[in-house]
Amino acid sequence: MKRLSPVRQRLGALALFGVPLLSFPVLGLPQGEVAGIPAIFLYLFGVWGVLILLAARVAERQGK
Amino acid sequence: MLSGWFVVLLSATYVGVLFAIARFGDARADAGRSIITANVYGLSLAVYCTSWTFFGSVGRATSGGLSFLTIYLGPTLMLLCVGVIIKMIRIAKAQRITSIADFIASRYGKSQLLAGLVTVIAVIGIVPYIALQLKAVAASLAVLFDQPGRTIHLWGVDSTFLVAGVLALFTILFGTRHLDATERHEGMVAAVAFESVVKLLAFVAVGVFVTYGMYGGFVDVFQRALAHPELAGLLQLDSSRAGAWASMILLSGLAIVFLPRQFQVMVVENVDESHLKRAVWLFPLYLLLINIFVLPVALGGLLHFGAQGGNPDTFVLTLPLSQGAESLALLVFIGGLSAATGMVIVETIALSTMICNDLVMPALLRSRWLQRQQQSDLSGLLIGIRRVAIALILLLGYIYFKAAGEAYALVGIGLISFAAVAQFAPALFGGMYWKQGTRAGALAGLLCGFSVWLYTLLLPSFAKSGWIDSSFVEHGLFGIDWLRAQALFGLSGLDEISHCLWWSMLANIGAYIAVSLHSRPDALEAGQAERFVDVFRHAQRVPDSRLWRGNASLSELATLLERFLGPQRARQQLAGYARTRRVSDWRSLPADAEFVHFAETELAGAIGSASARAMVSSVTREEDLGLEEVLDILDEATQVRAHSRELEAKQQALEAATAELREANERLRELDRMKDDFISTVTHELRTPLTSIRALSEMLFDDPKVELEQRRRFLGIIVSETERLTRLINQILDMAKLESGRAEWTTGEVNVGDVVREAGEALGPLYREKGVHLSIDIAEGLPVVLADRDRLMQVVVNLLSNAVKFVAPASGSVSVVVAREKNLLQVSVADNGPGLTAEECGVIFEKFRQGGNTMTDKPQGTGLGLPISRQIVEYFGGKLWVESAPGAGATFIFTVPLAKAAPEA
Repeated sequence: MKRLSPVRQRLGALALFGVPLLSFPVLGLPQGEVAGIPAIFLYLFGVWGVLILLAARVAERQGK
Repeated sequence: MLSGWFVVLLSATYVGVLFAIARFGDARADAGRSIITANVYGLSLAVYCTSWTFFGSVGRATSGGLSFLTIYLGPTLMLLCVGVIIKMIRIAKAQRITSIADFIASRYGKSQLLAGLVTVIAVIGIVPYIALQLKAVAASLAVLFDQPGRTIHLWGVDSTFLVAGVLALFTILFGTRHLDATERHEGMVAAVAFESVVKLLAFVAVGVFVTYGMYGGFVDVFQRALAHPELAGLLQLDSSRAGAWASMILLSGLAIVFLPRQFQVMVVENVDESHLKRAVWLFPLYLLLINIFVLPVALGGLLHFGAQGGNPDTFVLTLPLSQGAESLALLVFIGGLSAATGMVIVETIALSTMICNDLVMPALLRSRWLQRQQQSDLSGLLIGIRRVAIALILLLGYIYFKAAGEAYALVGIGLISFAAVAQFAPALFGGMYWKQGTRAGALAGLLCGFSVWLYTLLLPSFAKSGWIDSSFVEHGLFGIDWLRAQALFGLSGLDEISHCLWWSMLANIGAYIAVSLHSRPDALEAGQAERFVDVFRHAQRVPDSRLWRGNASLSELATLLERFLGPQRARQQLAGYARTRRVSDWRSLPADAEFVHFAETELAGAIGSASARAMVSSVTREEDLGLEEVLDILDEATQVRAHSRELEAKQQALEAATAELREANERLRELDRMKDDFISTVTHELRTPLTSIRALSEMLFDDPKVELEQRRRFLGIIVSETERLTRLINQILDMAKLESGRAEWTTGEVNVGDVVREAGEALGPLYREKGVHLSIDIAEGLPVVLADRDRLMQVVVNLLSNAVKFVAPASGSVSVVVAREKNLLQVSVADNGPGLTAEECGVIFEKFRQGGNTMTDKPQGTGLGLPISRQIVEYFGGKLWVESAPGAGATFIFTVPLAKAAPEA
């Protein structure tokens, strides 16, 4: 049997990881402001950005 | 106030640039040097961001705060499921699939009915979405000419109609430029990628302008908004909308795959699977960048214009205009135009393919007219149908726009379209992973899901626009309360999208599974199910050819190809196929199942799998295999695969066993050789003392007159040689017992210091006799070890007697040290004798090997003492070794592990 590609599995794991982080009730946690910017704004874009960064690292590392 | 001519000229120039890019892309594709790189592919996916994103996100943000982000988070998560998308691409390539309708129809037995249904759902779901793009362009023109809310006329023609017309013309030139309908549209993909860059630049430019030009950056905008209580609410998430948040993410995640334009760019236009690796992060990054300024722009607009400050959907235009930044407004207009044209082009190409292949062709194939045109080339007809379909879709969009106008039906239309295409999910995902899913199940699921969508989402949106009576929304159909369209069965408290998604998915999935389980697939379906679900396994061995039996004529099939592909392309494909079968001329190919399969796949690329199937069966005399037989063939294929895997596993096991056996045999031979060596050595060792005993005895026997002195000496030698012989035999027996594991051990707690001291005392006379100095150094408070006291004594005595043998008389000295080394007890016996060479250090532990030169010196031992000692020490879990250099004496060291209970000292 051919084994499933580890890159695909890692990316899939990222998706599974992202779902709870980007939905309620976790989204209810960031409250108030950080450095004058609403915490939820920073949180959403932060988690999103980190997911993209991790996906890029996983996907591009294999290419080399 | 901008001049109308200037705007028109600018738009025309922009469209011209797009056209040039598309031409360039097509030319490069024709030359075989594709310009579709991973980056271009990733950017082309951003056709997802339509004018609904470009203008509408800001509008949504002014009412829903951050909830607009769900539309972009869903696709990010969906793209991470690369495995699913790669499987889709693989299937689409193997089956020459050209649209989502084709994909679903092909999986369920190339059903024309299913293809038609999917096409109808897609068209009904998407036409309003196209209308939205037209409206966006019209609205942005109106803002640009400072006549918001009025229809702009250019040369007496409604500008929106003009836009629709230009877009139709453009799409026709773009998407159906080739007379051959099967090629990918690489030029279009390149142009769409370019448009993605333009709209991103435009949006970021206006974002920076508003955030940093009109205000003092993010913090400033947010702080000012927080000062207004009605705006502060937009900066928080309302946890009571948790359900809506989750359903939006799900809906947009499905839309990124199932919107016809997304399926087109992601699956159909994919040239290389590895491009997906770039897209998986590049596209989400694009989404992030285009959204980062949405909230600041929305808040900036609300702050600047106040609560009644005009349409928030056009803030991106009105804000720069309010500051007199006309060139920025023009850039934004071009960005919005990019977003709209990109969507319209790809969407109408995708829909026109579906309409042509899955609605018009099935009807045409049945018509008398086509049957009369037996021999004519129909590829031109195909292109013609598609062009008409494109014009028709845009016309429908325009009519919808005219009818809906500013009505409610247009505002929420993006999500309504998402909910429509989400209905494809159960049949498509089910078809990819579940072989039991049947055509009847897919039909039932789609119909149920679509009906629920129609009743709970589309019709209520019409009702809200006042086109139809809204009583079914307020009071339920026929006045039945639990049939209220947006509170079905009393389910209220959800927003309309979540409500529709919940009920339609329940109906869709439920019907799909229930009907699938209660129906049997026909032969064709079973075969297709196998090919879809096991696409990764079928990559090499294709059982396709075995699933078709019948008679076909080569020339008839070739004619069919020529009719639909055009003569030139058909000949090209036939020649290519002949090469793969290593035949120089395709006319000499056999008209076998494989050829029929080739012809059908080629046709499927042009007219869809369902129509291709119908055409091929019209010119071949096919034997009906029946479900049982197909299942048998598939089972057989599965079994053959399973068998070959088993065989492989067995072969590996066999090889491993063989290697083990060889190793064991090797060991046995070695042992055998060692046994032979042992016996010959033992015999030799026994014969030496025997020979001397016999020689002396014979001398005494033969010559009775030997002097008493002489006789006494001889008898002394005989006695000592006999003793030696006895010792030798005892040691050989001992060795044999130890090796066979039959030795008796009486293990107990032993104080090693005592043992060494006792051994020193026992050998004291021997040392004194030879004048060798013996020093014994025993560390204080040594713990006891678990060992056999007598055996340990045997080892120490052996080492001490060896030492005394090899040192020089009078000047020799031997020192014994007993000390603790971590969890070991170490005894070392050092002498100042001649020492051993490195080679000797290794061999003296072998049986019958002795120190010194055995050829010249008289042997001083049996050669079994050290091997026996080593066996004993190793039995206790310790080690025995020697450290020595020639001329520097030798140190024999052995260790014994401490008893576990020994206290740490």
